[in-house]
This record gives sequence, structure tokens and C-alpha cells, in this order.
Amino acid sequence: MTAAPSGANAQAGTGDMPSAVGEPAMSKVAITVNGEARELDLDTRTTLLDALREHLHLTGTKKGCDHGQCGACTVMVDGQRINSCLTLAVMHEGDTITTIEGLGAPQNLNAMQAAFVKHDGYQCGYCTPGQICSAVAVLDEIRAGIPSHVSGDLTATPQATVAELRERMSGNICRCGAYSNIVEAIAEVAGRPA
Amino acid sequence: MRSFTYERASSPAEAAAAASAEGAKFIAGGTNLLDLMKLEIETPTHLIDVNDLALDRIETTPEGGLRIGALVRNTDLAADERVRRDYGLLSRALLAGASGQLRNKATTAGNLLQRTRCPYFYDTNQPCNKRQPGSGCAAIGGFSRQHAVIGASEMCIATHPSDMAVAMRVLDATVETVRPDGTARSIPIAEFHRLPGDTPHVENALIPGELITAVTLPRPVGGTHIYHKVRDRASYAFALVSAGAIVQRDGTGHIALGGVAHKPWRVEAAEAELPRGAKAVAEQLLADAKPTQENAFKLPLVERTLAAVLAEART
Repeated sequence: MTAAPSGANAQAGTGDMPSAVGEPAMSKVAITVNGEARELDLDTRTTLLDALREHLHLTGTKKGCDHGQCGACTVMVDGQRINSCLTLAVMHEGDTITTIEGLGAPQNLNAMQAAFVKHDGYQCGYCTPGQICSAVAVLDEIRAGIPSHVSGDLTATPQATVAELRERMSGNICRCGAYSNIVEAIAEVAGRPA
Repeated sequence: MRSFTYERASSPAEAAAAASAEGAKFIAGGTNLLDLMKLEIETPTHLIDVNDLALDRIETTPEGGLRIGALVRNTDLAADERVRRDYGLLSRALLAGASGQLRNKATTAGNLLQRTRCPYFYDTNQPCNKRQPGSGCAAIGGFSRQHAVIGASEMCIATHPSDMAVAMRVLDATVETVRPDGTARSIPIAEFHRLPGDTPHVENALIPGELITAVTLPRPVGGTHIYHKVRDRASYAFALVSAGAIVQRDGTGHIALGGVAHKPWRVEAAEAELPRGAKAVAEQLLADAKPTQENAFKLPLVERTLAAVLAEART
């Protein structure tokens, strides 16, 4: 085993590079991804993001910062959006995961995907799968009555206002700055013109 | 990331016993720990996944307060009807922190245990007494705009990043734990986080392997609940200064600051000044402040934040 220089694998989120100390530890995990049962035998270091992309070849979910700051890796686990880069695949035994591929397909777009196309809610498109997964979950969270930082009255039912959408989407960064079109797309799906 | 073995614990006592082994660490939400493991700032050789422990409920206590399980997610805690109604400060603080995705994973106990976001702690090429005891502090004399203005030491000027902890401090929460020998104890939140002193790598009162099982809140005290956070962006950024407060109709109340120290900063003597206004409170809270040239702006910012809090309390 070749010892990696300190810091050389600072950006690595996978077990691809052998550690300077210790052999890789393997662990089995069974998950359901986009309705399909999958079983994997993984280096324990494998994030859910890398399991999806590198092992299941679902490359719609993107790796941006790999540190939970950009939101490009957003997927839904048991209906809730999370950063798939900041969770280990082996921690998801029995979980149900939905990625952008599970939301819709080119010939059968999800309403949020169609709205992003209609409102041009992207430029380069790299953050888009994460934006769309997050947006779908945001509307679910509003429907579930979960308040946000900009909710005026904590005990009132939150509404899908533009201010609410902007706050709730702050974990998804768009380097191209397509934010205003992203908000328009989400607002349309929410049934409220932006 | 260094390699590690992995297990799922099935009881708190079993988890605590397993975690007393050298190199072992608990993992719950993992949003902070995995970030640090990727950078090899944290290098556990064994992870104990505690997510199967039934610590994800919020229950009413016989005293009329709330017992919040250690694994209750930040989103669920902020959205709990009882918390929104009776402990609005806690909801507000939680919702001011992180992003929706992170709050869905982050737990109550993990939030208390999160590490500083000092950039020198994160940069493994820099000396840092917190990351590598005895190596020095690059923040002192470095870029220190974000750093502590009070309670710091010559070893460390990092701040505690949590918003939730500020609310817990105002609410006089208690941290419940189980130790590796199976015994339980309760730690008042005021004694939970430590100032850096000579050992900035020791951040709290927990002993090795000790597991947080719950955080309890005393019965509600009423009043107006306010959490005011000042940051470089309107959302998804750590506080430069934050203030959590409960203000009663007669002008009395409780208040603590975030973003200024190694732990939530509360001074009981300062609370007596609340009826006299923001300037008097700020003077008491920051009486021993020693800001750097770069973060001296935090002192007037504290006073102005307190003024905004008190103005909001009057409306």
C-alpha cells in the first residue's frame, strides 16, 4: 500500500485512495434507489453520493464541493432532502432513496423538471439536479407545515411565498446565478406566480 | 479519509461502552464529523452509528418541560408544535442555522458537539492548538474577523458555531448523558461547553465515550422569544454576532450571545440591566472583551443587535 502524502486526498470523499494507516474496511448495505432494491459491498468510507455515482452509475446527482456547502448532491432519503456527500452509504441500510433519475425522465418530466425547462432555471446545469430535488422537497416541507427563518409567525401555516422559497433554497448554490428563474419555476409548481 | 470499521449500536449503554475504546467515535447525523474526516482533521478508526437508538422523541416531562431525544433532527425540533408555541427562541435559533438539507440530518446532540469553523482549524497546513495541541494558534495575528472577542485565551480565539446552543443556554437546558460504565448524569448547559484556556481541544464536559441521550428544557417561562442573527449573507452563514433573548412584559428577561466566544455567552449580571437598555446590557456582557483589530467591530455590533432585539420585544 502506498502512503498518501498528508493533504493529497483532502478532497477525496471515497475509499478510492488507500489510507496511510489501516486496510479498507468493507461493509454490506441494502438500499432501495428509485424503486429498485440494490445491494452493495462498500468500503465504509463511501459516501451515499459516491455509492450512487460510482457504484450504481446514477450520475445525475452531482459532486460539487463534497462538503455540504453547495447542495449539488441533494437527494431524498425516506422523503427528506439531504446532502448525499455528508452521509455514509453504510448508514442507510433499508432506506429509500430518490435521485433526479427517480423524479422523471426526458420523455416523462416531473412537474418541477418541466418548470425549470420552461423558466430557464439554469445555465450550465451542473447544480440543477440538486436544485430540483431540493425544490420538490421544499414544497413538501411547506405542505407539512415546517416553518423557516423568514416565517413571520412560528405558529401559523407557512405559505410558498417568494421570500420563503428563497430562504428554503439557500442550501443550493448556483454559480451561474440563475436564482430568479429558479424561484419562478418553483413558484409556478407551488401554484403561486413569482 | 482514513479507513475505519463501522458498527450500529443497539442501546445507549452498549454504545458508550464501545466508544471508550481508543479511536472510536459516535456518528449520528454526520454532517460535521464527515466533513472533518474528509479533511483528516478527525481520524476515527472505528465509528459507532447511534441512529438505531430510540432517542428521537420529544416528550413532555412531569415538571411541564420537554425532554428532547439526542437524535431529534434539527428540522423536527424546530417544527415541533410545543417548541414553536412555548420555546419559540429554540425554533428561531435552529431555523437561523445551516440549510434545509443539513437540518434534516443534524441532531440535537450533534449540534451541541459541532466543532468551530475557524479557518485555521480547518487548514491542516496551519498550526492550531485545538486540532493539534501545542502547535500554536495561527488565528492570533491572522485573519480574525470571525473570531472570539471575549473568553478567549492565548492558545485559541475560536468561536462556537452553534445557534441552537445559544437558545439552549437562555432556556437553561440540561444535557443528559450515559457514561461508559453505564451510569447516567445531568450536566447544566452552563457547565457543558468550556472556554479554551490552556486546553482548547477539550471543548465540553463529556468524558471519553460519554453519550448524550437527551436535552431537557424546564417548563416554559412565557415572554417574547427572539433570536437575532447578524451574518455576511442573509441565509446559510455562521453568525458574526447573534443574540437569543426572552423578554418579559416588565422589561426583565434572559439573554445570551453567539458568535463572540468559545461557548454561548451569557452573563447573569447583564440581564439585570435589560430594563435600562442595550448599551447597559452590552457593557456588562462584554466587560472583559479583548477583541483583535479585525473583530473589534463586533463590540458595537453586539450593542446594536441587542438594541434591535429590545425594539422587537417592545412591538
